Order: sequence, then structure tokens, then C-alpha cells
Amino acid sequence: MINTMECAVDAQSLISISLMKIHNSRTQRGGIKLHKNLLVSYVLRNARQVYIKEKYAEIYRMQQYEEVMTVCNEIQELNPLDVEAEDREEEQLERAACCGEAAAIHREDCVKEPEPGFYRSCCMEPAPHYEHFTLTNTNNNNTHCNKTTVLDLDTHVVTTVENGYLHQDCCCDPQTPQRKRKGDFGCGASDPEDVPDFSTARKRARREDCALPSLEYTDTSNISNLISIFGSGFSGLLSRQADLEQICSKPALASLGAWTRAIVAF
Amino acid sequence: TSDGAAGPGPGADMQWCFSQVKGAIDDDVAEADIISTVEFNHTGELLATGDKGGRVVIFQQEIENKNLPQFRSEYNVYSTFQSHEPEFDYLKSLEIEEKINKIRWLPQKNAAQFLLSTNDKTIKLWKISERDKRPEGYNLKEEDGRYKDPNSITALRVPVLIPMDLMVEASPRRVFSNAHTYHINSISVNSDNETYLSADDLRINLWNLEITDRSFNIVDIKPTNMEELTEVITAAEFHPLHCNTLVYSSSKGTIRLCDMRESALCDKHSKLFEEPEDPSNRSFFSEIISSISDVKFSHNGRYMMTRDYLSVKVWDLNMENRPVETYQVHEYLRSKLCSLYENDCIFDKFECCWNGNDSVVMTGSYNNFFRMFERSQRRDVTLEASRENSKPLQVLKPRKVCAGGKRKKDEISVDSLDFNKKILHTAWHPQENIIAVATTNNLYIFQDKVN
Repeated sequence: MINTMECAVDAQSLISISLMKIHNSRTQRGGIKLHKNLLVSYVLRNARQVYIKEKYAEIYRMQQYEEVMTVCNEIQELNPLDVEAEDREEEQLERAACCGEAAAIHREDCVKEPEPGFYRSCCMEPAPHYEHFTLTNTNNNNTHCNKTTVLDLDTHVVTTVENGYLHQDCCCDPQTPQRKRKGDFGCGASDPEDVPDFSTARKRARREDCALPSLEYTDTSNISNLISIFGSGFSGLLSRQADLEQICSKPALASLGAWTRAIVAF
Repeated sequence: TSDGAAGPGPGADMQWCFSQVKGAIDDDVAEADIISTVEFNHTGELLATGDKGGRVVIFQQEIENKNLPQFRSEYNVYSTFQSHEPEFDYLKSLEIEEKINKIRWLPQKNAAQFLLSTNDKTIKLWKISERDKRPEGYNLKEEDGRYKDPNSITALRVPVLIPMDLMVEASPRRVFSNAHTYHINSISVNSDNETYLSADDLRINLWNLEITDRSFNIVDIKPTNMEELTEVITAAEFHPLHCNTLVYSSSKGTIRLCDMRESALCDKHSKLFEEPEDPSNRSFFSEIISSISDVKFSHNGRYMMTRDYLSVKVWDLNMENRPVETYQVHEYLRSKLCSLYENDCIFDKFECCWNGNDSVVMTGSYNNFFRMFERSQRRDVTLEASRENSKPLQVLKPRKVCAGGKRKKDEISVDSLDFNKKILHTAWHPQENIIAVATTNNLYIFQDKVN
């Protein structure tokens, strides 16, 4: 367990600081220092772990609150067959899903409209009731997911953006074979090529299926993300910036937190 | 003893005195003047420094001044030359820094001295030779080099060599290039005096000193897929006595010992030295502070020493699971790691060195402090290299950092430390108690007090 008590800044600030260091290293004399950036990626990974744990703890607390409130509302409504009311509720709320390190949370719940920078996931099917999230569910019927995708340079998880909300493509079906996704560092087997193809990742993201990122994978995914960026060199990053700008729509990005704005900066 | 042997350790027995300081006095440091490496040659007579501007300066120890025995040895400039120039890799659109990362001397074989100097990409073998005679009285040429009119020559004259002012010439004899994709961090001359290794972040190459167009790759930790990269090579060195043995350290805090007799490619180590991490100490920066910045064999070849951000560890080559000694250099920084990460100090690569008889180890710290650890007595001392303590033969007063609580007189609190004043490079004379300590742009030479 990472001891965060001795750190003067919180996980989110550490992520910003780390991303800035990586950004600055691109313009440093002598080229990108592999060693230093590898170490920075470890800090990024550690900070992200803490950040996600904190966020999911928050979700869990909110879930519990929501559940209580929902039960209370249902009792009050005195009309269990009012389907419209349930649909309305469903449309207003987002679902949290579990993936990666938060696999312990086996619930499919909704959370309120998020604050900027708050990641939620959308993946599961639009069930009108709360049921336990199981890994066998596929997500192809998710009507919530829109088609605009955002590449998170931190986690390298491809996320979809809809109506200014962020969804995280985390839906997983362990029965579908792991697909090799070029440039998708968040999940799937790794590609022998050093230089990722982000346009392919974009297209694949729209298919909304992905493997559940394992803990080890996310450990190395951060490092691998950055290594891949560096592998393509400065000019490679520049060319990708145009791609990123294409796929990051303004309204979507307006809702991102400061530290994820690094995507645009890059 | 005060001559020859590096005798009793620091502590009550030994006191260190200021001897000399080299470099500019003014506080405005030009980046090119930042010292990046310091190395004594095998006799200690020569002391070489490299800087960020790609220059090498060699100092030579003057013969003992019999009239003033307390000035046992003074180092004066012997040779200065531009070793590396900035280069541009057009294919990758990358500038290659001229900064000298390491200098290593070759053992002397003849009148000339040889050293290897390296920047991020290219290693050069330099010959430093003296010229103290010149020919005079050419038969066919004037003194200025113009040829005489043959008709004016009536007698045969053989040139004679006459003394001249000593001239020290440095000439590049070999250039070893195009063998490293990543940044070179180490070079090490083998005890066979024929080969040497060069190490970058992911690979170690073996060279023959005579051959520049070929090198053998002996270690390669580059994963097939760079996305799986988890560690890099941070330092490498040949064993001082066994020409088949080398070690390399990693960013994960491990050291691998390889035997070149086992296979051509030494990817599989013979020994792996690793101390398990203390899980209670885990922080955001655990990986950074466990990264090893330097590894050095002891002179007798039985031990090796590693430096990570907060400590120095001495390992017995026969014991892989933990070091035999651990010395805390500046443990008070553990609670400051976050700020040190923000200002990049946490990435500073401190070096370490042994004294001549392996009884003392030394390393640098911040605020121009450096530390010595006397191994058998378990005594340690903190000293400071500063212009204020630079009177001739002034004895250095031990310094103390107050980690917390009430600060005693003469102690310095952690928050007052100047993190811009760092001592990364130190060197110890192979035979005498003379040390060279590099601050940002000055080189301090201290010697033990002659009683």
C-alpha cells in the first residue's frame, strides 16, 4: 500500500506534475531521457492507483447513498409498475462499472452527474434495474455510449465522450478472445511494433469491446504508453497531435479536469 | 601514517584539510563549466575532470615540495582539450550533448597517458603525451618551415634535439561511435588492458581498444516490445581482477553479475543482488529512490558498492540476498521526497568511491556536503566544500544536519539546505589520502592533515 501521508501534494497534483515533466522532456537538449521518464511513469502509475482507489471509494460511498435513496423513493412512489419513472431515472444517472483495480466492486450502479475530471464508466447494458455486474455481459447494446473517443495519455484507456460526460470503456468479456489492438495500450496483448497507430485505436474503441485490463497490465501500460510515445520520437508526437485534436471535441474536453487537459497540450 | 597508504579512517584519527580549489569563483555558473565527471589515474599522479561543455582538464600532481612538507602535493593544470562537440542526429532530429559522462584512464604502458572519455553516444580514446624537445637545424628547411633554395646548401647539417618548454599534447587516437542507440552511462576498462565495455540504458557493448568499427553486444535488456519495458541499466563495471566478470546495476535497485565465459550474450546473470523492499516504506517515489546511480567494485575485488538516492550499500560478492553494510547518506530527505520530485532533485545521480585500501567509502550530498563512512569502526563524518573554508590547510569542521526538533548550535536544519549545491562526483587518490570533490563548477582538493 502506498503511504500517501508523507506526500505534500495529492495524487491528482502528482499526476499533473508528472505529465508536465514528460512534456518538458520532449524539448530537452540531448533527446528524451529514457531512464528519467521511466521513473516518472512509475510515479504516474502510483499516483493513478491512489487516485482511482480514492475515486472508487467515493463512488462506493455514493452508491450506498444512492441505493438507500432509491429504496426510499421506491417505497414512496407506491407504484412499482411505473416504468416511465424508472426510465427517467435511468436516463439521468450514469452507471459506474468496475474494471481494473476496482474489480472488487461488483455492482452496477449509477452516480450523479459528475464533476469535471471525474471518470465514470458506462459500459454495461442499459438495464432498467440494478443488478450485479457480471463479467459475462457484453456491452454492444449500450445506448449511452456515443461515438466520440478520447485517448487518455495517462491510462491510455480509450474513453468515449457523450454530452460532456466521460465514459470509460471498461466493459469486459473474458470470453471474447483478447484482441490485438494496435496502439491500444490499455488492454489486450501487446503489439510487436514500437510505434502505435492511434487511428486504429480510435476505430477499435468504437466497437466498445475490450479486455479487462489486468493489474499487471495497467502497471506496465503506463510505462508502455510513454515508451511508445517516445519510441515514435518528437515528430511522431507532433503528427499525432492532429489526430488527438480531431477526436477530442471541445464540449467533451471542457468537462475534463486540469490534469487530463494534458491530452490537448500534447 | 601520512604517506603512501590510505591509513586509518576518518573520525578521531583523521582530519581533512583544504588543499586547493579549481574553477571560477563567481556564483554565476556557466552551464558549460558544470563538472560532470572526476577521475584519478592509476597512480594518482593525474586527475581528470570532464564538463558539460565537452572539455577535459587534466591536473598533474607536482613533486613533493621538500621545503614545505605540509604542502604534500599540489595539482596543477597539465592539459586541457575539447573532447566532444555537440552533434546533431538528422535522422532523429535530436541534438547529441557534448557533456562528458565518464572518463576512465588506461593503465600506463609507455611514456604517454591514455584515457577514454564518453558523451551520450561516442567514446574516444585520447593520447596525452609530453613534448619537451624539438628539432633544430634542418638541412633543407628554414626554421619557419620554408624550404631553402637547394643551390644555397653547401654543407650537410644534421638536426639536433634541443630542450623546449614542456608541451602537453592531447590527440584522439580512436573514435568508437555508432554503437549505442540509447544514452551511454558507463565505460569500464577491463583488467586485460585490451578491452573495455560501454553501457547505455538497455545494452552493454564490449570493445577492443584497437578496433573502432566493431563491438560485441554482451548484454541486451531491451524487450521485444518496448511497451513492456520496466527497467534500464544505470551503471556497469568490470571486475578489477577477473577479466571475465562484470556487473551492471538497474533502475529497479538490482545488480547483476555476469560471467563472459558462460555465453556470448550475458543476458542471464550469474548472480543477482537484490535487497527486498521494506513494504512499510512504500511511497509514490519508492521506485525512484531505489534506482541505483553508481556501482563500484572495491580495489580488492571482494566487494562492490552501490549508491541509490538515500543510501550507500556495500555488497559481498558471495552474498546476493542483502548488502553487508548500509549507510544512510541523508535519511532526513525521506520526508521531503515530494518537493525533491517537483524540483527534479530526486533524479540526481550521485556517485560513490572507495579509498585505496577499501576501508572508507565516500559519496556526495546537497548543500555541498559530502559524507565519508569508515567501515570497520562504523564511524561517519559530514564535511563541506565551500569557499568559506578555503584557507590553505584549513581543517574541515564536521557538519551536522538537524532533522527535526531543536536545532543545536552549528547544526543546519533540513529546510536551510541548498539543493542547488550538490556534490555528485567525488574521487579518492588510489594510494594517498587525497580526495577530489566536485561542486557544480569547482573542483576541491582535500588532503589529510599531516601531523
